[in-house]
Amino acid sequence: MSANNTPSNYMPSGEAFKRNLAGRNRRGGIWGTFYYLSLVVAIIALIALFLSIINQAFGYVVEADTISPTELVEGGDLSTLDSPALAAILLENVPGRLIVYTRDTLSRVSEDVFTRTPLREAVAGSTLPAGTEDLDITDITAEQRAEILGANLGADVLVDYVTEDVVEANVERAWSLFESIPAAVTQLFGQPNPLLVEAIEEYPDGDFYFRSWLTLDFITSRGSDEPTVAGIRIALLGTIWVIIITLGFAFPVGVGAAIYLQEYATDTPLNRLIETNIRNLAGVPSIIYGLLGLAIFARALSDITGGRTILSAGLTLGLLILPVIIINSQEALRAVPSSIREASYGVGATKWQTIWNQVLPAAMPGILTGTILASSRALGETAPLIVVGASTTIFRNPLSIIDKFTVLPIQIFDWTSRPQAEFRAVAAAAIIVLIVLLLLLNTTAIILRQRFRKSLQG
Amino acid sequence: MTQNGAYAIELKNVDIYYGPKLAVKDVNLSLQSRKITAFIGPSGCGKSTVLRSINRMNDLIPSARVEGQVTFHGQNLYDANIDPVEVRRRIGMVFQKPNPFPKSIYDNIAYGPRLLGVKGKSTLDEIVEKSLKSSFLWDEVKDDLKKSGLALSGGQQQRLCIARTIAVEPEVILMDEPCSALDPIATQAVEDLMKILVKQYTIIIVTHNMQQAQRVADYTAFYSIRKKEDVPGKENRWGVLGEFAPTDQLFSKPNSEETERYIRGEFG
Repeated sequence: MSANNTPSNYMPSGEAFKRNLAGRNRRGGIWGTFYYLSLVVAIIALIALFLSIINQAFGYVVEADTISPTELVEGGDLSTLDSPALAAILLENVPGRLIVYTRDTLSRVSEDVFTRTPLREAVAGSTLPAGTEDLDITDITAEQRAEILGANLGADVLVDYVTEDVVEANVERAWSLFESIPAAVTQLFGQPNPLLVEAIEEYPDGDFYFRSWLTLDFITSRGSDEPTVAGIRIALLGTIWVIIITLGFAFPVGVGAAIYLQEYATDTPLNRLIETNIRNLAGVPSIIYGLLGLAIFARALSDITGGRTILSAGLTLGLLILPVIIINSQEALRAVPSSIREASYGVGATKWQTIWNQVLPAAMPGILTGTILASSRALGETAPLIVVGASTTIFRNPLSIIDKFTVLPIQIFDWTSRPQAEFRAVAAAAIIVLIVLLLLLNTTAIILRQRFRKSLQG
Repeated sequence: MTQNGAYAIELKNVDIYYGPKLAVKDVNLSLQSRKITAFIGPSGCGKSTVLRSINRMNDLIPSARVEGQVTFHGQNLYDANIDPVEVRRRIGMVFQKPNPFPKSIYDNIAYGPRLLGVKGKSTLDEIVEKSLKSSFLWDEVKDDLKKSGLALSGGQQQRLCIARTIAVEPEVILMDEPCSALDPIATQAVEDLMKILVKQYTIIIVTHNMQQAQRVADYTAFYSIRKKEDVPGKENRWGVLGEFAPTDQLFSKPNSEETERYIRGEFG
């Protein structure tokens, strides 16, 4: 470049340049504001979501017992009674429910044949009243049923039944958190709590208190038709089982497929077709996977999966997230710098040694990121599991992968569609648990990812 | 692979293609054991391509194809019964950009021996120490062998890569512009190292730096570019071996005018 370069007339200078620059800066500013507003909208939506959930999960309630515990036992503490005494209370108050209790707790045979099977088989292993072994549950008297329950169940189980079906605490009225807070503040300043005044007026026998619907009991109790005692234990266990099966299937298969496509497959039209189709599969609506899962796992392979079971559901969700894992893993493998591969080949590594020792560890953070996204999706899926046949009302813990199951999203869906208003509070509490579970899963994956990344950087 | 033939490495009528494109044409070259040979020449003359054909690194590029013979002690490296994995273990390679594995210094060195099935901590310790001493890195890193290889300086990283190559006991070390990413002090250290390593190893180095070739190489091969004059564009250029001679001779009395112009720095 020589010094006597004379400026051409093409480039703006002086005032024109200043105007030009101001225009460019203004355009940048407009875009910047737009992005900032997008972020604000997203954050507001997120906060609104959280608040509406929390709003429903906590608040004042008025609760009234149908029968006070003090009428059942002196002092009102049910836990002081033994099993036969509790069974007697059940017999006196809800004789018609005894068959159901027996079926839910002691049955060794499937639900549909329980009432037709001799007790010797139907409740095998339980102590039976003399002479009833060959009769079925409908042939014996209510007293005999109570005797079976009293002799074979622990007091804690029976206390649950008595609390739920005899004492039957009903929430008569529930207020949301945002209605409760102003009332509590009023009380704090020495004024009468307006909600309490209202409650005493309407429900003089009721018990007025601030209730957190999310409690430890809520997490450890099984589902129920009574919102006050309903819990999510079964659904939570179901979700954990299903996600383990899903990841156990989709992670190795997905990463394996990605390794094949990225490292081994040659660039042929067939392989390109396969790759394109995997990308398309990632966009297929989840309900279609539900139908696929129903046809393959729940029906065709029912001998292996046991029909509508955890295994069928896990494999179905596995199929659903498989394309996402394959695509993300492939991207991660592709991003591994060729210098690492060359270095490994350069000291005499075979192809597999290079992939296993260098390429895969380097790609692992990216692969895990994809898996986080995929498993979060699987955790919240409802539609395909309804099709595959998740139950909504089961009261037994899933004990193996070929058990019937329900999962949190389906339990939440079921509760929100019930007529009693209190179930919305229960559903909100369950949503909080689902979100916490999601965060836990993501945190685990992020920690794993950071660990891999750290070990790569030293 | 057996040990015979007068030269360590011989290239006979080697043509290299990338897909349909001819990259290097008709290279004939005989390299002696335990000497340093430098490949010099302008950009795009194919000197790196030739270097990478010697340990079959070009196999990693699906479209690359080598015709002719590359022999190692008389054995054609491109025979059907030769596994490229064995070739690369006997003919090691150091790359342009230092590329330690994202692992500890110790694991970087032990990686190759472990792949070959060497086991036992004391054996590996011995190999690591010996390799690091050979590359004059031992004194600098002996106290933190657990530190990541990536935490070292650029020059140390390159010497780590050399130590890693030495660890599997190759006979030949190929170096593809090993100093182009290093500062002058680190370059000096690598050059000093080469002069010591050549007592045990055959070294071939690609370099852009003619002074470096003069400082370290016993022999120098000059590559140049031929093109079809009537057809424009890069597709019609290929590299040829212009001149091969002892370094002193090539730089003082070049045979061709093209070599002379290149070493005078008239094109590059």
